[in-house]
Formats: sequence, C-alpha cells, structure tokens
Amino acid sequence: MGPFGFYLRKLYSIFRGEILVLPSRVAVLLFFLLILLFPVISTDPYLLRIMILTNIFAILAASWDLLSGFTGQLNFGHALFFGVGAYTAALLNLHFHIPPWGSIPLGALGAVLTGLIIGIPCLRLRGTYLALTTLAFPIILLGIVYALPDVTGGELGISGFARLSNSHIANYYITGLLMLGLCTLMWKITDSNTGIIFHAIREDELAVRTAGINTTRYKLLAFCLSGFFAGIAGGLYAHFMRIAGPSTLEVSMSFTVVIWGVFGGLATIYGPVAAVFILFPMLEFLQFWSQYRTLMFAAIILLILLYMPEGLIPWIRDKIEKECPRCKLRNAAVRKTCRACTASLD
Amino acid sequence: MAVNILISGLISGSMYALLAIGFSLIFGVARIVNIAHTAFYMLAAYCIFFITEKMGLNPIIAMVTAVLLVTLLGLIVYMLFIKPIREHEAAVLIGTIALAIAMQEVMLLVFSGSFRSVPSLIDGYFPLLGVKVFYQQLLTFIVVLLTLAALWILLMKTKLGLAVRSTAEDREVANLMGMNESRVTMIAMGISVGLAALTGAVVVPLAIVSPFMWMDPLIIMMAVVVLGGLGSIKGSFIGAYMMGFAEALVVFLIPKGAFLKGPVALSVMILVLLIRPEGLFGVAFEEER
Repeated sequence: MGPFGFYLRKLYSIFRGEILVLPSRVAVLLFFLLILLFPVISTDPYLLRIMILTNIFAILAASWDLLSGFTGQLNFGHALFFGVGAYTAALLNLHFHIPPWGSIPLGALGAVLTGLIIGIPCLRLRGTYLALTTLAFPIILLGIVYALPDVTGGELGISGFARLSNSHIANYYITGLLMLGLCTLMWKITDSNTGIIFHAIREDELAVRTAGINTTRYKLLAFCLSGFFAGIAGGLYAHFMRIAGPSTLEVSMSFTVVIWGVFGGLATIYGPVAAVFILFPMLEFLQFWSQYRTLMFAAIILLILLYMPEGLIPWIRDKIEKECPRCKLRNAAVRKTCRACTASLD
Repeated sequence: MAVNILISGLISGSMYALLAIGFSLIFGVARIVNIAHTAFYMLAAYCIFFITEKMGLNPIIAMVTAVLLVTLLGLIVYMLFIKPIREHEAAVLIGTIALAIAMQEVMLLVFSGSFRSVPSLIDGYFPLLGVKVFYQQLLTFIVVLLTLAALWILLMKTKLGLAVRSTAEDREVANLMGMNESRVTMIAMGISVGLAALTGAVVVPLAIVSPFMWMDPLIIMMAVVVLGGLGSIKGSFIGAYMMGFAEALVVFLIPKGAFLKGPVALSVMILVLLIRPEGLFGVAFEEER
C-alpha cells in the first residue's frame, strides 16, 4: 500500500471526523451529490428546466443575503441587479455578438456598476428608509425600459439572442456548477475577514467605525459584490430563457427574493439557497392546482413565520445540532457530551 | 392644461396623503412596516363594489360597511399574524407581503381578475376655465380634507392622541407613564387600517377596481412616507402633494408620460433624500439599538 494507502486512510478519517459528525454537513454533502448527479436520476426536460431555474434563483437569493442579511442593508430592489444583468447580457449578445461566456460576466459588471451608482445615495440612509428607497430603483429603470421601446423592446423585452448551450443537460451542468461554485464562494466571503466586518456593521455600525474601519467602503463593497452575483444570475436567466423582459425588474421579483431570504434564514447563505430549493419547485408542482397556488404559497410563508420567525433552516439546524456550552463547538443533538472537550451538553 | 394638472395633482395627492398618514402612523407607534396597507384599500374597494353592484344597496351604506368591515379584518389579521412576530423586523416585512399576496389571491378567486368600476355618488360636472370638473372629484377632495382635519384633531387635541404620539416618541417611557402600550398599538392599527379603507371608499368611483390595484399606490405611498420623513404626519401630507403634482406634471407635459410618472416621482424622492437623508420633516433618530 505505502504512501497511497496512508493518504487514503487519512482522507477517510478526515471525512469521518469532519463531515459525518455533524448532520448539517452531511446534508450539505448530500445536496452537492444531488446537484451533481441529478441528470442520472432523470433527464426529463421539464424537471431539468425547473432545476435550472432553481439553480439560477438560488444564486440570486444568496446574493441578496450577502448584502441584506450580512450587512443589514435591507435591499428591497434586488430585481434591479438581476434585470440589469439580464438586459446587459442580452444587448451585448444581440448587437455585438459576444457569446454567453463573455456577455454574462460583462452583464454582471454592468450590475456592479449599478451597485456603485445606487450604493452612493443609499449609503446615507439606513434601516427602513433604505429598504423603501431601494424599492424605487427597479421601478425607475422599468419606466425607462418602457419609455425607450426601440432599444429595450418595451413590454415584449429583447429576444432572439444565443442560447446558453445546445442541450438541456449542458445547460443544467453550467447552472448547477456555477451555483455550487458561486454559493461556496459567497459563503467563503462571509466567513472571511471581510465577512466578519459585514456582520459587525449589521450589529453595530458605530462600534465598527470606532474601531477605525471605513464602513462606507465596506458597505459599497457589499453592494458591488451582491450586484455581481445577482448580475450573473440575471445573465444566466436571460440566456436560458432567451428573453430579457420587464418581468425581471418587477416589484414582485424583488419581493420574491426577500421572501426566499427571510424564509430560509437571514445571514446564513445556505438558508436562502435551501429556501429556493424548497419553495421554487414546490410552486411548480402545485401547478395542477393553479388557482390556489399563490394563495397556498402565501399561507405557507405566514405559518412558517408564526412558528419560526428566525427562518426555516436555522430552526431545523437548532433542532438537530447543539452548541457546546464550554467550547462553542457544534455537536449532533443525539450526543450527550461535547465531541472535543467532553463537557456535558445539557 | 394647468387646471387639469391642478385637479389631477390634488386628487392623487389627497389619496396618497390618506394612505401615507395611515402607514406612517402604525410605523411610528409600533415600528411595523405594513406592506399590506394598500391591500386593505383594495379590499375596501371590492367591498363597496360587492355591496353596490351585487346587492344593489345604497353607496353610502356600502362605504360605511366597507370601512367598518375592513377595519375589523385589519385588527383580526394584526392579532393573528403580526402581533406574534412583531419583534422580528424582517419577519414582519415578509409576513405583511405574504398577507397582501394572500388578499390579492382571495379577491382573484372570488371576483376573477377582470377590471370593475363603481358608479360615482353624484353624477355630473361643472366647467372650470374650460375643463370638466366632476362633482365626484370635488367630493373626494372635500372628504379627504375633512378626514385629515378630524385626524389632526384626534392626534393633537385628545388624550388618546397624546398617548399615540408619546408611544411613537418612546415606547418604553410611555409604558412607564401608565399608557397601555399594546392597547395603543391596537388603536393605532385600527386607525391606520381604517384610513386605508376610507381611502378605498372615497377613491373607488374614480379608480379601476382589480385585485392588483394595491401595487402602484403602495410604491408611491412608501416614497411619500420616506420623502416626508418616517412617522411625521405633516411630512406625509406635504410629501403626498409633492408626489401627486410630480405625477400630474409628467403625465400632462411629457409624451409617453404615463409610463414615466412613477419613475419621475421616485426620482424626486431620491433627489430630496440626497440632500436630506432623514426626509423633509423627519427627525434624525438617535441610533436605535
């Protein structure tokens, strides 16, 4: 066996010691496997289409959480970034024939630019003022879209540009891998030094400023980062649906993103992603009940909020895991003692 | 032209003023951002439509019943859904969004999505400088002014108003001074929803009734509240007429103005906020922790 066997054993022990000990990590592993192996289970075009859209919206919901959950800058106009990404990608592809792998990142850069532009006035506002002001920006852009039908296609939107790729499975893997990659990246960002500062800004901005940190710069950074990821989602959406229309900018779009974010649990990244993976397919499968669909959706959200106002995923996590009172390490709820310091868990 | 702008601005300004004052009242007293506020306005409109068109009763009876019913419903909804989650700001936000969507869907199921209208209380018009001014418009405007005056007296001259204002100022201290905080909140919620229902009642003959009629006023109403300063009644009043006139000017003076009226009104709001981040009459709050 030699060194090879040694590394294999070491890998296995890391796997057992780091992943299998916590139910939440097992759930994440299973989720990754599900995303990667979904076409093995089914290649039904309808199911694949739902999964592709779910992937795209998961990126969008996570990007909202990065801005609003972590820095507490409640953004009620997240559709702005999504719409700008979609329209920019569509226009670039249509007029300059830039293929999707170029037009989507450029669309995302366009969204970063809008993040900068709206970030500057928004930085002076906080709390509810900010939430209500950000709501205005997508509506302003929507008015411009309607007023310039020659460029933007007005109510019909832009169509007739390149598709993401030629097969459904390739589309699925592009969006699926991007979703996993970008969401992991966002989670890493929130776990880094920058993320800790974001978190601190939400808790107490004055204290962060007192610590000598330029909070304005960090808030602007949060706007840009969030805009970038949401812009990618918008570009993917435009190229997958092959239409960039006013629906990407509507108020209901912004509200839906907020619902996903709060339903899944703020400031977690994985919460909103899980919320999209629960709510979006559920809404599709309730199709046969189409009249009562939206009503059911609203009712479910109200009921969930009444019993778990912190969001669904943190609630579940608290049920299956306990925090060690002495060393703050997380443990599976079935354990009696902490896995690191053997302190009693109750 | 000028008279047209004046009338249209006054009417929509008055409507926004009523809506915005109700919204800003409950925000001030209980820090609840009630997105479902304009959904109650939509419900009142449907209520009146049902009573006058389907049951054939007098429109005045319809208006009174609508305001009472919707206020009652608002209080029930507050007790059931908003009160338990009041401490979680984000949860209240999406809870009220979900409530508004639920109300919209119920109306869609009951009355279908087609556009309805309600006949005006008084028919006819009188010419003013060559422009038709409908009596209904005049009536709406007068009712709005009377309501605003009554509200001002209630808030400024009565003991209840003092309780509401002091709770808005500082919840804990008001509680210590012997004001029953949860009862004041209930009353404020009742007044707020009642104002939304009343707006629905007086505006409905001039508007098109549909399950989606809550979206557009919602956005302008929020803009008005932000522009005037959250929680400031005077600010909401002035902000509402600013928004109303901005909309009217755009619609009558710019080609394709109907598309741009919302965006221009919102741009005005953003410009004002750039100069005064706390709104026109808002108080720069001490940071609430």
